[in-house]
Amino acid sequence: MPIKLEQVDFVYAGGSPFERAALKGINLSFLDGEFVGIIGQTGSGKSTLVQMLNGLLKPTRGTVTVNGLVTTAKGVKLKSLRQEVGLVFQFAEYQLFAETVAADVAFGPENQGVPASEIAERVDQALLNVGLPLEIKERSPFELSGGQMRRVAIAGVLAMNPKVLILDEPTAGLDPRGRDEILSRIRELHRQRGITVILVSHSMEDVARLVDRLVVIHGGQIVYDATPREVFAHGSSLKTYGLGVPQATEVLGLLKAKGWAVPEVALTLDEARQAIVRAYQLRRELA
Amino acid sequence: MSMMQQITLGQYLPGKSVVHRLDPRTKLLMAFGFIMVLFIITAGWVEYGILGLAALLIIYTAKLPLGMVLRGLRPILIILSLTIVLHIFSTRTGTLLFRLWFLEVYSGGVNQGFLLAARLVLLVLSTSVLTLTTSPIALTDAIEFVLKPFKRIGLPAHELAMMMTIALRFIPTLIEEAERIMKAQLARGADFESGGLIKRAKSLLPLLVPLFISAFRRADELAMAMEARCYRGGDGRTKFKVLRYTKLDFYAWTCFVAVSALAFYVSYAL
Amino acid sequence: MDILDIADLHHIYRGHEGETIALAGVDLVVSEGEFVAVIGRNGSGKSTLAKHFNAILLPGGGRVLVAGLDTREEALLWSVRQMVGMVFQHPDNQIVATVVEEDVAFGPENLGVPTAEIIERVDASLRQVNMEDYRTHAPHLLSGGQKQRVAIAGILAMRPRLIVLDEATAMLDPIGRSEVMSTILRLNREEGMTAVLITHHMDEAVKANRVVVIDQGQVVLSGTPAEVFSQYKLLEALGLDVPVAAKLSILLAESGLPLPAHILTAEQLVDELCRLN
Repeated sequence: MPIKLEQVDFVYAGGSPFERAALKGINLSFLDGEFVGIIGQTGSGKSTLVQMLNGLLKPTRGTVTVNGLVTTAKGVKLKSLRQEVGLVFQFAEYQLFAETVAADVAFGPENQGVPASEIAERVDQALLNVGLPLEIKERSPFELSGGQMRRVAIAGVLAMNPKVLILDEPTAGLDPRGRDEILSRIRELHRQRGITVILVSHSMEDVARLVDRLVVIHGGQIVYDATPREVFAHGSSLKTYGLGVPQATEVLGLLKAKGWAVPEVALTLDEARQAIVRAYQLRRELA
Repeated sequence: MSMMQQITLGQYLPGKSVVHRLDPRTKLLMAFGFIMVLFIITAGWVEYGILGLAALLIIYTAKLPLGMVLRGLRPILIILSLTIVLHIFSTRTGTLLFRLWFLEVYSGGVNQGFLLAARLVLLVLSTSVLTLTTSPIALTDAIEFVLKPFKRIGLPAHELAMMMTIALRFIPTLIEEAERIMKAQLARGADFESGGLIKRAKSLLPLLVPLFISAFRRADELAMAMEARCYRGGDGRTKFKVLRYTKLDFYAWTCFVAVSALAFYVSYAL
Repeated sequence: MDILDIADLHHIYRGHEGETIALAGVDLVVSEGEFVAVIGRNGSGKSTLAKHFNAILLPGGGRVLVAGLDTREEALLWSVRQMVGMVFQHPDNQIVATVVEEDVAFGPENLGVPTAEIIERVDASLRQVNMEDYRTHAPHLLSGGQKQRVAIAGILAMRPRLIVLDEATAMLDPIGRSEVMSTILRLNREEGMTAVLITHHMDEAVKANRVVVIDQGQVVLSGTPAEVFSQYKLLEALGLDVPVAAKLSILLAESGLPLPAHILTAEQLVDELCRLN
């Protein structure tokens, strides 16, 4: 299920006095099984970008090709495309509507025309995948906690068995434990089912420890598309885009400025710890 | 956000013209007075001509694009044509103009039909000019003021105005939210467009249920936030924006009285 | 005098599925000029606690005194609410008017402040939150951080003695959060405004004078940020985070580097590391 964007422009409210270019000349592709992070300030165009990937928005110029299908081609079945590319919106719990958790999660597969017997299986599987106990199936989704509701909403997209899973800020507003639970489930899904995951996030810490590839978007244009290690080496320019680096990297940067022999980037705390311990020992030997 | 920015609420067209600067109470009461005059005077082309000329003059002074004002007539096009057609075929005064199979058309019918249509057009024009030149907030303040005397008979003037303000405040928010939920359900394979009436109505549930739940949650939280800011109804409340009549309003009323007097004179004395 | 004096506060929610104990004996005192952060997981009771500060909820047991006034006394309700301003989580659901300045005026209007003074207060409050350029804007076109600043201005215009931010940063992006944080920090440090910040972002709590940790309706930890965040094992067991720099310094200490406890920020950590040689 590779996705390819070529020379994509998108203009909101074209021709009106409110015209605004949200994306400019985007060239980007996603390969099977990748775990990609997208970061950018609010209003940078990242939400517009992800809605291009399942045909919810169509480019004003340029093409988006999903699994060989061009979304702007005549007669293209967008509905089937949306089943292959699952999109979980920000604050996804606000889309829940059914009387029971099971019925809500079943909504996607029902629209797909999946046979009833298989739907039940998929619902169970999806709930387990997001770490929810099957006992809650018959409960109303509106009685659950915020974090649980969020996970039901994610399960609703997973039940469609998408080959690509896009998550727009899946942890916004959750407390640290709620955040860690969701992120570790997503990582497992990627590892076990091999689905492509595209994670839009405001948290540098989260993308640093999760993704293999990081796309940085600013003013509707892609400014970096590389590994997190490469991207976070550009701390000062990331700051001008209203972004930052993981704090572990920030500490190393400050130490380096004071003459310590540490690498520029650390993606995890453990990595930073090892680098600092090594540099510390080196300094003691020299002294 | 995309769709929202294109919607101008209450079709208010901001501007700095004399008409815009009038006190909203003046404009509200004048629009009302204009409609009263319209219905009291006898229907006639000279009378309506005077009022129509006055309306055009106001539109010109307010620097409103005529096309936009006329577009406001679009929703009543059907009523307009019905009024004209019904009168043409049912009024049998004046001379017989022509006969179409069993239908007879008299000059009186044509005259009557178009006069009534003109009255409707003038009525809609006066309200359009009001909403186009008065911001929704100013209009709300004016309505609250005008309704105040009826408080004694139990009309909750302040509460009505507050409800209008809150509605105006939340319409864009809710439209934005509806758009977002719709997209989320589309992403789950929802289909809002195909199928028969019942199927389509049913397919709206995944949109409407979350929207209602969110609207209730918002109402709840807003009520709490308002109470936390010491809101306890209209009693003892002061105003940040106090409405004030100016010389402009005096001139406007003078013109209004003059035009009305002229219309009445033409209507009854001549 | 203490602005907030809470003793043995209990609160029980009654629903169809029985009773939930939200607060089980909370003691908390906030003095004039303090900046206190209350942290805890979702559902720990921290938001319930906040709603007792201005009598949105009333004690099921124990008492809440606001500048000496008991919140249970109905006659004092509006004085209590005027003194304790509350900024809520959802930026959209607390702005009443269709124009920024009108919304800021809403509180003083309710208090019956004379028009001339309302105008003065609106000007001053918008300046305090750096939103004076937006006074005639429509709120729904503002960013989340700007909306929350408008909400803060609306509170300031009521001339309160305490501002409570009830998870007011939870729905914001990093830029919005830093806008709100720098606004509240400036108000506290430069104008002496007492503030209570309810949050689950540890990097915000670090900036307070005092951190109070709530779990299962009780205060489990209280002290300076340095004291509280040195207890990282306990905090993690409660499902909370520790600021990244604090955790890194603890890891480094465990690896044998003779670092002092109480490190909270990247800058402090680097300074301490450089001092080692």
